[in-house]
Amino acid sequence: MNGDIIAINFPFIVVALLLALGFYTIGFKRNLIKVVIGVEILEGAVNLFLIALGYVKGGYAPIYTLAPKKAVGNMVLPTPQALTLTSIVIGVAVSALMLAFAVNIYRHYGTLDVTKIRRLRG
Amino acid sequence: MNFTLLSPSGFWDPVLWLIFLILFGIIGYIIYSRGNPGYKPKTEQVKPYLSGNAEPSKEKIMVRAGDIYWGFIEAMKEYYEVLKRMHTGDLRDYILWYLGIGAVILFILVGGV
Amino acid sequence: MMEHLPALMIAVPLFGAFTTPLLKKRYSLASMWAIIITAATLGLSLLLVQEVLSKGIIVYVFGAKNPSLVLPSGYRVPVRIIFEIDAIGAFMALSATLMSFIGALYSYSHVRMESGLEKYYALLLLLEVGILGMVLTGDLFNLFVFLEIAGIAGSALVGFRNYRGEASEAGIKYLIVSAVASLMVLFSIGLLYGQYGNLNIAYLSTQIHFDTVDMIALGLLFVSFAMKCGSVPMHYWVPDAYTEVPAGINPTLLVATYASLYALFRVSFSLFGAITWNMARVGWIMSILGVLTMFIGVTMALVQKDVKRLMSYHAISQTGYMLLGVGVGLTVLNDPAKLSAFGRTAMAGGIFHIINHIIYKSLLLMTAGALFYVTGTRNLNEMGGLARRMPYTTIAFIVGAAAISGIPPFNGFASKFLIYETSYQLNPLLAVIAMVTSVLTLASFVKVFASAFLGPPLEKYNEVREVPKPMVAAMIILAVLCILFGLFPNVVLKNLIYPAVDALLKLAQYQSWGGLA
Repeated sequence: MNGDIIAINFPFIVVALLLALGFYTIGFKRNLIKVVIGVEILEGAVNLFLIALGYVKGGYAPIYTLAPKKAVGNMVLPTPQALTLTSIVIGVAVSALMLAFAVNIYRHYGTLDVTKIRRLRG
Repeated sequence: MNFTLLSPSGFWDPVLWLIFLILFGIIGYIIYSRGNPGYKPKTEQVKPYLSGNAEPSKEKIMVRAGDIYWGFIEAMKEYYEVLKRMHTGDLRDYILWYLGIGAVILFILVGGV
Repeated sequence: MMEHLPALMIAVPLFGAFTTPLLKKRYSLASMWAIIITAATLGLSLLLVQEVLSKGIIVYVFGAKNPSLVLPSGYRVPVRIIFEIDAIGAFMALSATLMSFIGALYSYSHVRMESGLEKYYALLLLLEVGILGMVLTGDLFNLFVFLEIAGIAGSALVGFRNYRGEASEAGIKYLIVSAVASLMVLFSIGLLYGQYGNLNIAYLSTQIHFDTVDMIALGLLFVSFAMKCGSVPMHYWVPDAYTEVPAGINPTLLVATYASLYALFRVSFSLFGAITWNMARVGWIMSILGVLTMFIGVTMALVQKDVKRLMSYHAISQTGYMLLGVGVGLTVLNDPAKLSAFGRTAMAGGIFHIINHIIYKSLLLMTAGALFYVTGTRNLNEMGGLARRMPYTTIAFIVGAAAISGIPPFNGFASKFLIYETSYQLNPLLAVIAMVTSVLTLASFVKVFASAFLGPPLEKYNEVREVPKPMVAAMIILAVLCILFGLFPNVVLKNLIYPAVDALLKLAQYQSWGGLA
């Protein structure tokens, strides 16, 4: 019984760990690329969270072609999966733009150290 | 059309304001028209007189933005030191502030102060 | 056509955004095209405002005839993508389209010498799409998607001058801040979905009750939108981003910030209305953030030497007024006597201040852009004596500076007047800080005026002429709006602002759309 609770909540524990890891990476790593990776980790955490929410035990994926007999009336509502797909697409755009900025910053500043990329302050 | 803006304890009426503007404009013009008639532009009269010294160049005597409110900023020096140090320009601090304020707000909302 | 107005509001600028890159070869065609598209959207939004004000809330469903359509299995919750437009959404949409049009008009001359302009205009239109989507949607996930669209387009525009390292620095800061904020928004949307199995704001607001998970979701949404709207102490990205973005984008970026503010209001009043109506705490958090924001913003502005940075600190400070005004209203929601005595007026002040601020701050940032255009520097120490060379810019600046300092008869006065009086009734200290802020605002604009426009004409600016006509036209339109809104605040309040306030206050009306059981 105890094992069951851990097994059911396992994805959410991973989500919490990933969130903590992501914020740690953004907050304390000095390399800009690592900060970008931190944002990606956060995004992975949120996507995993959405997918884990959408899991229904005994439910079937809502794909109607060649669906087994048992699946009729037993399909999950695909909203979380749709959300996750959208969020992944947005994430790709965000990370591409972040990396493009990182390249341009390296060209102009000659460094990727976050503590040195701060001409804008005060 | 009624243009008066009423608030709990006051009002704003543009028509009244315009009437007063015109009134004070007239008063101002009367004072102005009684000014010294001896003033003649484009003569020696309008040039600055610095005890016979040559006039320094415009660039030199210009009051720069950094000089304005010098006294105020000097008096508030400690306050500004703190504020300027807070805006580090370090990307990571932006996120850490977000986390900190988020924690405080969550504490107030969930913990129930 | 009228019934598809909400979809057209998104479709027209989106169409423009994807067709503009085709005009790569001809710069002036691309900018003309952008001006035409933004003008068309402005017309559509005027129609939309009229529709909403005369007929009440518009509910528009994508892919179905009406929103009450349910699943075949009989699961009776709204599952489709739904736009729900009430008076405040229409009000924000009007501000967004107006400012995009002004921005496109101004950009026609302002960025003429840059390269890659077809992308610039495409991103400008995409930013407009993002804002419009955020303010029109009735669906939480849609809100997230459009928030990200606005964030990506906005940060790409902040980094538009990619030959400057600082622009890329500001761009990545804005992008990471907005990416983290939107991911946390998505996380709390996930929490709410897990709780209630739905994403529709109106439906969720009927279901929400007081428990820990809901409060965590509220806290995350609150702090994320507070960061995106630049509230102290999470404001650091604002001066960076506003300073580096080309001045023609400033108006639209400003509205993008206030779209987040709108989302904050929407979350506090509608989504979590069931909770906040009984909890003064949320309102107090908002008011205190507001007071902090206005005071720290203005004192930092006083010492800046970069003209656009100075003005962006003022943008932060003015956001504080809106937070204060609406926060005062939110604080007294549970007390009908106080709400009718001053709460509703306070909110009207806060929301009126949104459009006033968008108008005069865009005007001021555009004059700063004009100064940059002619002098090639943003450093106030190197400017001087420009008033004689640029009379129209000077007049526009004076109008904007008077408006932001709350001098009658300009528009800033009307909304600040309402905010002072009402916040005084909640707590006199709030009103005192608001007034001190206003005095300091005037002081710092006197500084800009004295150092950039007054003083003896400098040798190096002998060749300076007035900026080109499209820029002057954009500034004059806004200056005229400043004066009109200031002279006749009552007309604007009655026709635009109070309906918007009531839309926020009448929660039951927001929930009761579409005939869902």
